[in-house]
Amino acid sequence: MKRREFLHYTGLGLGAGLLSQIPIIGKAVPLEAPWYTIDVAKKKELADVALNAARSKGATYTDVRIGRYLNQFVITREDKVENVVNTESYGIGIRVLANGSWGFASTDQMDKDSIARAAATAVAIARENARLLTTPVQLAPQKGYGEVSWKTPIEKNAFDVPVKEKADLLLSVSDAAMKGGADYVGSFMFLVNEQKYFASSDGSYIDQDVHRIWPTFQITKIDKATGKFETRNALSSPRGMGYEYLIPRESDKIHGVTTLYRDRYDMLEDARQAGTQVGEKLKAKSVEPGKYDLVLDPSHLWLTIHESVGHPTELDRVLGYEANFAGTSFLTLDKWESKKFQFGSPLVNIVADKTQPGSLGAVGYDDEGVATQKWDLIKNGVLVNYQAIRDQAHIIGLKQSQGCCYSQSWSDVQFQRMANVSLQPGTAPLTPAELIKNVERGIFIAGDGSFSIDQQRYNFQFGGQLFYEIKNGQIVGMLKDVAYQSNTQEFWNSCKAIADKRDYRLGGSFFDGKGQPSQVSAVSHGSATARFNGVNVINTARKI
Amino acid sequence: MAILKKEEAKALLQKVLAHSKADECEVSLRGEEGGNIRYARNAISTAGDIDNTTLSVTSYFGKRSGTATINEFNDAALERVVQRAEELARLAPENPEYMPLRGPADFKDSKTYVPATAAITPDTRADAVAKSIQVAKEAQLEAAGFIENTTSFSAILNSKGLFAYDTDTNVVFTITTRNSAGTGSGFAARGYNDISRLDTLSATKIAAAKANSSAGAKAIEPGKYTVILEPVAATYMLENMFRGLDARNADEGRSFMSKPGGGNRIGEQLMDDKVTIYSDPFHPDLPASTWNRDGFPLEKTAWIDKGVVKNLVYSQYWAKNKGVQPVPQPSNIIMEGGNASLEELIKSTEKGILVSRLWYIRLVDAQTLLLTGLTRDGTFYIENGEIKYPIKNLRFNESPVIMLNNVEALGKTERSISIESYRSYLIPPMKIRDFTFTSLSDAI
Repeated sequence: MKRREFLHYTGLGLGAGLLSQIPIIGKAVPLEAPWYTIDVAKKKELADVALNAARSKGATYTDVRIGRYLNQFVITREDKVENVVNTESYGIGIRVLANGSWGFASTDQMDKDSIARAAATAVAIARENARLLTTPVQLAPQKGYGEVSWKTPIEKNAFDVPVKEKADLLLSVSDAAMKGGADYVGSFMFLVNEQKYFASSDGSYIDQDVHRIWPTFQITKIDKATGKFETRNALSSPRGMGYEYLIPRESDKIHGVTTLYRDRYDMLEDARQAGTQVGEKLKAKSVEPGKYDLVLDPSHLWLTIHESVGHPTELDRVLGYEANFAGTSFLTLDKWESKKFQFGSPLVNIVADKTQPGSLGAVGYDDEGVATQKWDLIKNGVLVNYQAIRDQAHIIGLKQSQGCCYSQSWSDVQFQRMANVSLQPGTAPLTPAELIKNVERGIFIAGDGSFSIDQQRYNFQFGGQLFYEIKNGQIVGMLKDVAYQSNTQEFWNSCKAIADKRDYRLGGSFFDGKGQPSQVSAVSHGSATARFNGVNVINTARKI
Repeated sequence: MAILKKEEAKALLQKVLAHSKADECEVSLRGEEGGNIRYARNAISTAGDIDNTTLSVTSYFGKRSGTATINEFNDAALERVVQRAEELARLAPENPEYMPLRGPADFKDSKTYVPATAAITPDTRADAVAKSIQVAKEAQLEAAGFIENTTSFSAILNSKGLFAYDTDTNVVFTITTRNSAGTGSGFAARGYNDISRLDTLSATKIAAAKANSSAGAKAIEPGKYTVILEPVAATYMLENMFRGLDARNADEGRSFMSKPGGGNRIGEQLMDDKVTIYSDPFHPDLPASTWNRDGFPLEKTAWIDKGVVKNLVYSQYWAKNKGVQPVPQPSNIIMEGGNASLEELIKSTEKGILVSRLWYIRLVDAQTLLLTGLTRDGTFYIENGEIKYPIKNLRFNESPVIMLNNVEALGKTERSISIESYRSYLIPPMKIRDFTFTSLSDAI
């Protein structure tokens, strides 16, 4: 799903004036069209046309991605269904190596002549680029897998669920929130199905069927007398799951000052709570700035992990390929080579994992035909590895890629994107309640809010959805106007406790942006509730 | 599909509309072609060509509507997309906010299309990049940059007879240069309709000078400082405010433009009287589209006049709801400046900070439009009218509304681009007092 497509259909760009001319992307399909995939033999036949055409023009390596991307958007506002949209995008992207340089071309004309022409264009671009080459591309070896397939292990295909059922759920969400005291509610459901076929001159023909779901809402309450307003966003996380994510189970609920969710989400219950909590936020005490021990719920901590661990361990940033846009990384190669850079406290173990069930980044093979895997990034607090793809593997002494290549569509070139990066739970038995008991002056934060980090990933600032003051081991009330600032290394070294695996949960985003032209990627981050001592909290209240 | 001329686009849209059986129907076309090169470590990393055309059909049965899009243009596909839009419209619930389509109107031609930009080839891009890389190599720096050109057209036709067409060209270039020690970094950004105005060599020289002079940065205490924001920095800060000029959000009480107790801030002195912001699609330095998607002609419109809020965007529905005339979303934004050069702004500053670029700006509080973000790629301390030394980057927590109340002076307005949206604006460099920095960053 492209970000501009999301903005267009959800209307989130509306009121955003200058974003109004975002074009519509993809073909629409009937709302209740039966879910189907394209015959794999047909895709292989088309892929072979591209592979043969590129080879005949002089490509030394070629990969081909045939993509059929389905999205569905169901959007409601208060008691109205604002929009229901199905889109389909189908085409082929061809990447080649020629004269030691990359070239790429794509087309949505799926006849053999058009595909052969696109392959020839990709080779011509590679040859043109080669004149500005300093070092020929060095590609890590990759065995061909032959004809293989992979599918997200869903229980209920969300595209098979009638639109009315989805719209009714969202309208019920609005109703529940309004009855709880909300003035405005926007609720959304976004469904994604990436049908991806990959073939390469290595001898792989890989057919994959990837599913993702994101149900969410934003609730607003206004104090008309003062003109103040507050919002509360859903505590759901987007997931690599089917519609079963929206079938609640009591065993997936964690009850406390607010109810939190593991692998099933009760959207109605969350909306009811949000309707009440947004009113409490209006009356909450404005935070006194200073140092606090922060107890961070996984619904919040995923974003801190994403920004401060996920991005700086991307090898392309370390090497400078993102220097003009998203930035570089403070985790330079010398820190990794030293084998003793103390990224975090000894409790901190962080893994990259493209195989994690239910996660947004889970696939069988990446977009350059590498089987996915799990590996350590931070071990006992020490930096031990990065995230790399085939043309970078040799730089850190790897014999093969770590399988982190991804493109948002068939029409965009694939490049290095973040794997699911997750903080491992503590090994000693510890519940969040036990963790809070040891905090004298602290804040418990749930849900993700404002986020910003510098271009080398040192200095960051995060907000949240719900802030609860902790005094002498007890939650004593709600706070507002809270944001915390820290330096990545100081922050992770201040990690003094992590709840055990019973509390482990996934958060994530559909819209991790990177690259020029910018592309989005969906990625999950897991953790258990964790405590960070002595973090600087600022008060964000202002007057205009 | 190539870029269609006005009559070609109209003929295709009429052919599509002929298939409609709906009460009302609107069909639109948007196409673009062009290409890009991305480079880093003084070599090209990726390059691609763009060629996309999309047809969109919105059908109406009473207050029900449905939209379908397609990028195939054979006769069967054109008929099918209309049928799909009508299927969707029949399935959709009634929209109580439905507004009827608008009838014919006269739209002036835009000045956005430049043939030289439309004629850019992969060679042109590669040559522009080669110049940039050469400058970086000579300065013993590493360049990472991006150049992208697009030629696009858009057209709409509806069953009430409204037809509008527009075509434009654009080229954007951004360059970051860093020294090998990783202690200095500089940046430049350019965006034009006309490729002949783009000079990648001089832009890279500016980025290179910033990289070399920003090495060895010193730390200063965070706090409130007078800042001079170069146009690229000011643009990114203000773009977040321009996105919030919506009357409905303001009237509903959930915007920085909401008035406590109800209503919006139109007529209120919200900023310093040096602040004047308007739109003008006919401005020679920032030509833009002359109509919007709802079929409204775009004209010069004042948003902030000498600090007073003059207009907010009113959709057709909200305007009817409030009994006012619709105010369409603009296609460009211009902020008036003063007569001072950037050098003169620096010269007039006793103590302050020169900011080249801002980064990762995100909304912290919608009520006050409080934003956070950081300086990047060249931050310098000014004392007694001179740049004294480079300083470490700083995180700010500041609202553009508060910032525009603290304007000391404005420089000459120039064309600048947002480093996130790549949209072009006319924005002056600005000298702002009491800009709030809250922490230091070690990032370079």
